Formats: sequence, structure tokens, C-alpha cells
Amino acid sequence: MAVLTLRRKLAILSDAAKYDASCASSGTEKRNSAGTGGIGSTEGSGICHSYAPDGRCISLLKILLTNFCVYDCIYCVNRSSSNVARARFSVEEVVRLTLDFYKRNYIEGLFLSSGIIQSPDYTMEEMVRVARSLRQEHKFAGYIHLKVIPNAAPDLLAEAGRWADRLSTNIEMPTDVGLASLAPEKSPSEIRTAMARVRGKLDEAAPDKKAKTKPEKFAPAGQSTQMIIGADAADDGAILHRAAGLYSGYKLRRVYYSAFSPIPDASSRLPLKPPPLMREHRLYQADWLIRFYGFDVPEIVSGGEDGLLDLQIDPKLAWALKNRHLFPVNVNRVDRELLLRVPGLGTKSIDRMIQTRRHHSLRLDDVARIAGSIDKVRPFIEAVDWTPGGLTDHARLRAKLTPQPEQLSLF
Amino acid sequence: MHSVTLQALNDFDEWRRAARGLLQAGIVPEDVAWRDPLTEAGLFGAEDVAEGDRPVGSVPPAFIELARTAIANADPERFALLYRLLWRLQADRSLLEVSSDPDVTRLVRLASAVRRDSHKMKAFVRFRSILDDSGLERFAAWFEPEHYSLEMTAPFFVRRFDGMIWAIVTPYASAFWDGESLASGPGGKKTDVPQEDAIEGDWKTYFSSIFNPARLKVAMMKSEMPVKYWRNLPEAELIAPLIRGAREAEQEMIERVASLPPSRHVRKKAREEIVPEAETEIVSLADARAAVQGCRRCPLYEHATQAVFGEGPKHAQVMFVGEQPGDQEDLAGKPFVGPAGKVLDAAVEKVGIDRSRVYVTNAVKHFKFEPRGKRRIHQKPDGGEIAACKFWLNLEIEFVKPKVIVALGATAAQSLLGRSATISKLRGAPITMDDGTTLYVTNHPSYLLRIPDREKQALEREKFEADLVLVRDAIEALEARH
Repeated sequence: MAVLTLRRKLAILSDAAKYDASCASSGTEKRNSAGTGGIGSTEGSGICHSYAPDGRCISLLKILLTNFCVYDCIYCVNRSSSNVARARFSVEEVVRLTLDFYKRNYIEGLFLSSGIIQSPDYTMEEMVRVARSLRQEHKFAGYIHLKVIPNAAPDLLAEAGRWADRLSTNIEMPTDVGLASLAPEKSPSEIRTAMARVRGKLDEAAPDKKAKTKPEKFAPAGQSTQMIIGADAADDGAILHRAAGLYSGYKLRRVYYSAFSPIPDASSRLPLKPPPLMREHRLYQADWLIRFYGFDVPEIVSGGEDGLLDLQIDPKLAWALKNRHLFPVNVNRVDRELLLRVPGLGTKSIDRMIQTRRHHSLRLDDVARIAGSIDKVRPFIEAVDWTPGGLTDHARLRAKLTPQPEQLSLF
Repeated sequence: MHSVTLQALNDFDEWRRAARGLLQAGIVPEDVAWRDPLTEAGLFGAEDVAEGDRPVGSVPPAFIELARTAIANADPERFALLYRLLWRLQADRSLLEVSSDPDVTRLVRLASAVRRDSHKMKAFVRFRSILDDSGLERFAAWFEPEHYSLEMTAPFFVRRFDGMIWAIVTPYASAFWDGESLASGPGGKKTDVPQEDAIEGDWKTYFSSIFNPARLKVAMMKSEMPVKYWRNLPEAELIAPLIRGAREAEQEMIERVASLPPSRHVRKKAREEIVPEAETEIVSLADARAAVQGCRRCPLYEHATQAVFGEGPKHAQVMFVGEQPGDQEDLAGKPFVGPAGKVLDAAVEKVGIDRSRVYVTNAVKHFKFEPRGKRRIHQKPDGGEIAACKFWLNLEIEFVKPKVIVALGATAAQSLLGRSATISKLRGAPITMDDGTTLYVTNHPSYLLRIPDREKQALEREKFEADLVLVRDAIEALEARH
């Protein structure tokens, strides 16, 4: 077999990693290299060091250790039956690339995943070696995200959490039936058990004020997961219901939704066309509304039709248009919970409105200045100098608030 | 008209001294012209030193914080805006809380533009390496910020790159770190730093490989990585060709017909087929324990972590049957490890039942819950779920062959009796089942935990323990007979 150059390996193993949506480097502990002689820092919010033309942030060096894999998951570019070019990094190569990139300020750190080779334990052990070397031999204080291989031994998981900021295990499909049909070798309960184990470790590491000794550190940026949208028949209701179950059970920081995207050398069992990217975007919006705006899954889903979210307008507006009897609300009187339900108002704007109205009553242009734009808000609120009159119940309101399709520009 | 010329572009303390003097002299904001070293000379009248000793009130810390940031904005009006706000704050100390005030809005906007600029500097500085003859590696970067934000951003690079020697050069100032201390210097030019770095080739390879051509979102990229920064980003030269090739690349991916699997895969599949998976027949407790993980007899498997099977000795004398695993049991994969399990353990020990001869399980093997934020709220299994799961409970009874079964709560009683049951009517007396096993019915231990009234809880605990005493006596009687 021909020997691959490092650059060729990098091309293969970053190409193979791009279907993982997460590139987050935020939410971990604060630390830096000051006085250590090493490099690296994490200061709360992550930094996107570049953007690819797909609009996605490049924050981490996101690569696979290898794209050889014993599994044959139909949706995956690296499944064993695919003819993609294969490569494998050595532990030392990943360490060197990470440090070289970091020193030039290209990245916040490393996101390392891998195909399964030999056994789950062997694969996990190799990934842990990368993280251990970076932290111990190279005093690297940057961000590390490691993928958890389900079924890997608990002590490997514990060590992974000692070095990594974040761990993730991908749930892959919104439903177990979907997973069974597209990834027959993967077990949904093994995947969820891996998340349950991580959660157990996170609970143990949570600071306890009563305890005298500080618990051992474990993945301070918590855990996340990803599911693929549009490769199976699951509707948005099923997807959001799955997400809500995962958030509640495993203390996930994030669920990532990744619209199924055509892959080279695809299996004929996959859908021919990818779902609209807008569907993915709407799911993220819905996820946000459920976590931070007090909506529940059935409410959000009821804004659309047949278990699918409305692609043309955002889920909060879709819900409000179907619940117009609850509007308008008076921005000078109603409490935060009701303001959260007004289309076009975000949590920050609402907090600023509440602060401002302690000093004087809000007029429509006050709301406009705070919210940034007013078109979507206006039909649903009353202010000192404003009442929407018949606008709230206007038959053409939906049409008025639906954004015109933009001309696609290539550059 | 008073005019003030500041020596620095972004020195808050210098501005503060000047502003304080003006305030003490009672000079209204409209009568002050502010200049910095870049302001064209001769625009305003001559300097006029203001003097006075009017009292100056304190300002809220939030103003100082915003002003320290906003002063680095390149907006020539920044000094005047800050003085106007300082003046207005003397009369109205809560002015900043009025988010809709135009001056406040502007201050917030100036400060946030500076913060954004500083953030972009953290993101888009690109160091290049220089190796000198002695083998010492140093790093240097050329960066063009939109505002005067180098001073506020340099400490970030110090914290991050402690173990490196580096310089950041901008048109208006520069910063140097020698591994021990931070120094500042005058502005420079692009040619002051190296023009290439071998690692940039790897970086460009990474940039083009991580890009997914099927998801072109150029506007999104441009809003987060504005074009004005591109000229100093080595990867930016790839953007245009990547976009041009994207549609083709996507089309090619879609159209390429699935090829034949590689021989490595075919060999592996062939090996697997030699050992066909036998239709798993359940002939032991261990078989049942393995098989339950694949159970799809009701929809509860979908959201639970795993099936939680019973635990205890293979031929336990007594089997306790609860309702279903709770949150902690679901995560751990073991029955009765949560709060209810502790109540049960305590009661079993207290009445003197030998815990090592007890098998514990549940009528339903998967956790049924309703997600609520970060918690899972327990839900009672329905008749269909109980009936579906009876298959597994029957297997446990068949293989363990307990002499006595204890139904903890209505769900367990319903499962074992095949009909809905009322605890209060059934407790306290043995029930002989069809296969001759003795059944006792009592409350679920979690019921005790839910009683808010202490006295009532103590009473119910006594009744629960009294039920267990009956169980203990029944076991002893059975043992005496053998």
C-alpha cells in the first residue's frame, strides 16, 4: 500500500469528519497558560477562527483518527462497504497538527472522532492517548472534544473525561426504528447507556459545597449529541420529542441536528435528495424555544402541519399565528413569560424592555429600538401609543409576515 | 467654544481627567470640541483651559465599563458622546437603564462594535513562524482592526500563548510578548512580518476539506467573516474557487452510482454469515436478561435508556416486584437503586428478611416518563404496557421459582393478578396463585416517600413493615416445612 503524506491524510480524515455538525468550543471552565510555559486558553465563549463557504464556523481541528470502520451504517461516508479513500493518523501526527494549528491561532482546539477499528476499547484508548499527550507532554490548555465510543470500558471513559472538555455520543437517528434500518449494527440502548454513564460521571464531578475534597474533574463542557435529519421518515415532532427526552435524561448541553447531506459513494437505500437546509434551521429554532422560552414540544409542533414545522416562517411566529386569540399583549403590563411568546422578541430584548419600563412606559419606537426590528412584533403587542386594532386578526397577516424568497446568489 | 486635544486614541484615563476638568468648570457638552492625534488641525478654535471647582458626582460603574470600551471606537464623535452622557448622568444617575435613550443606545452600539472588533482580532490574527539560526522559533502576525482595539486584546494573547514569543503588528500600534512581559510599540506595515509559513498549506487543505459543498451558505459566511478581514487570512483565497466548484461537486456526489463494496468489506460479511444468528431461544434467566434489551413489545423502549431487568440470586426464595425503573434505575440499569430502593432495603433489613435471598424486579422493564426541562417526570404505565411486559416477568418467575412473591404497589398487583387491584383490600393476607406461589400485596415504597405529613408517613411505614413481617413469617414457615 502506498504511503500517504500527512497532508493527504489530513484531506481524507477532515473530509470524513465534516458530517459532524458541532464545532462548539464554548461552555467549558476558564483556564489559560499564563505562567505555565505551555499554550492554550479557554475563556467561556468559544471563538470561530474561520468560516467555510457552507456558513459553518471553523473553531476546532475536526478530524477522525481513522476512517476505517468495522460498521456498515448506510448514512455514513465511512461505512465499511464504501469505497472512499482510507487513512489513519498516528497519535503523534494528530498531536503535532493540533499544536501547529493552535500556535498559528487557526483553532481553539481539537475535536477528535474515529471509525471503529479492532474494538471499541482499542479505538477509545487511541483517542484518549492523543488527549493525554496534549495535556501532559505538551501542557496544552486549549479545548478538546472527544467522541465517545459506545461500549468502551468505563475506565477509558473516565480518563477521556479527565482530559477532554466535552464528550459526545451520537444518537444518529431520531427513532430506534430508523437506526435499526440504517445502522443495523448499532444498538440504540448501548448509545443511550453511554450517555447515561457520562451523565453519571458529570453528576459525580459536580461541585458539592458540603464535601471537603474537590471531586475529580470530568468534561467541564458536558456532553452533546447529534441526529441526522431527513435520512429516515421521522417527522419534526418525533425529532423534537427525542431531543426533549435526551435533554431531560442526560443533561446534554446541546442536541445537534444535521440535515442529511449527500455523501460520495452513497448507498442506494438513502433518499436521493437532501432535506431543505431550512428544516434543520427550524429545528434549531424550535429546540431553542423549548429550552429557553417555555414552549413544550406539542405546542411548537402544532404551529406547523402534519408533524412538520413550517418552513416559510419561524416556529414562534407560526405558533402565534395559530393562537391569535392570545394576542395582542400589552408590553407595559404582562410578565416575562408572556413576552417570551411574542414573535420577534428575544430573551435579551425582553429583559431590556422590562428594565426600561420601570422608568417609563414603552412606546412602539422604544420597542423597535430595543428589538432591532418591529414588523414581526407589531401585530402582537400593545404599547402606550400603539394598538394593532384589526391587524392581529387580519386574514393576510401570515402573507405579510412571510419573508420573500431571496434570490440565490453565488457570490 | 472649548477644545481639548487628547494625546492617545483610546486612553480612557486621559479622557477622564480632561472630562473631569470640564465638568468642574461647568462647561456644557455643546461647547466642547474634542480632538485626537488623527483629527485634522485647525478645524476648531484655539485651546482654552477650563477651570472651576464645581462638585462632580460619581457615575455608575456600568458607565465606566462601557466608556472604557467605547473609547476605542474609531468614531470621531466618541469623546463628545461620552462627555454628553457624563454630563447627563450628573442629573439622572439611572440614565443608563433607559435602553431606549438615543445617547445610551449609541454608547452601547459603539462599545459593542469595539468588543466585536476585539473578538474578530482574537479570531482572525494569523501568526507566522520564523525560525532563526539558533533554532529559536518566534511568531508574528499582521492585523488590521477596524477600531483601536489592540491594547484591550493583547492580554488575551498573553494568556493564550504564554509559551511562545510573538508580535502582533497593526497600522496604529503593535504588541510584543517575549515569554515574560508584554511591550507595546508604534504601528507598522504588512511587510514587517513574514510573508509565508509552511503550515499554511496544511491549513488550506483542512479548510477546503472540512467544507461541505452540499451546504453552500455564502451570506452566512460573509456576515460572520466580513470580507474586509479576508486580505490577511491565508485561507480566504480558496473561498471563490470552492464556491465555484460547489454545485458541480454536489451534483457529482449525488449522481455517482453506488459502487461495489471493497473486498475487505465483502470478506468480513462472508465471515459473519458462516455463523448465522440462531433464533434466540430463551432457556435461562441469563438468556432473558440479554433478550430483554431488544424488546419492542410496547413503545416504551424508544425513550428509556435501557431495559432494567431483575437482580438477585438465581433461586431466591422471595421476589419483590415493583412498578417500573425510575430515573436513577434507568441510568444505572439496575432495579431499586434510587430513593424507593433505599426505603425497601431499610424495611427488609429491619424486619429481618435475608437480603441475599431476595430477587427484586419490576412489572414494567422500561422507564416511562415525560420530559420536563432537565428532569424526567415519572408516568404510570398503562394496562397495555403492563400486559406486554408480563412476558418478561413470567420468565423471571419461571426461572427463579420464588416461594413468595411480593407485589409492591397497584401496578405490580395488576400485573401479577391480571386485573386492576386495590392495595387496601388485598394487603395483609396471602393470596395463592395458580402455580401455588404465595402472593402478598403491599404499597410501593415510593408511596411512603410521597406522603408529606410526617405522622401519616410514620403510620404508613409501620403498615408497610407489618406487611413485610407477614412475608418474613411466611418464608420461615416454608423453611420449617422443608
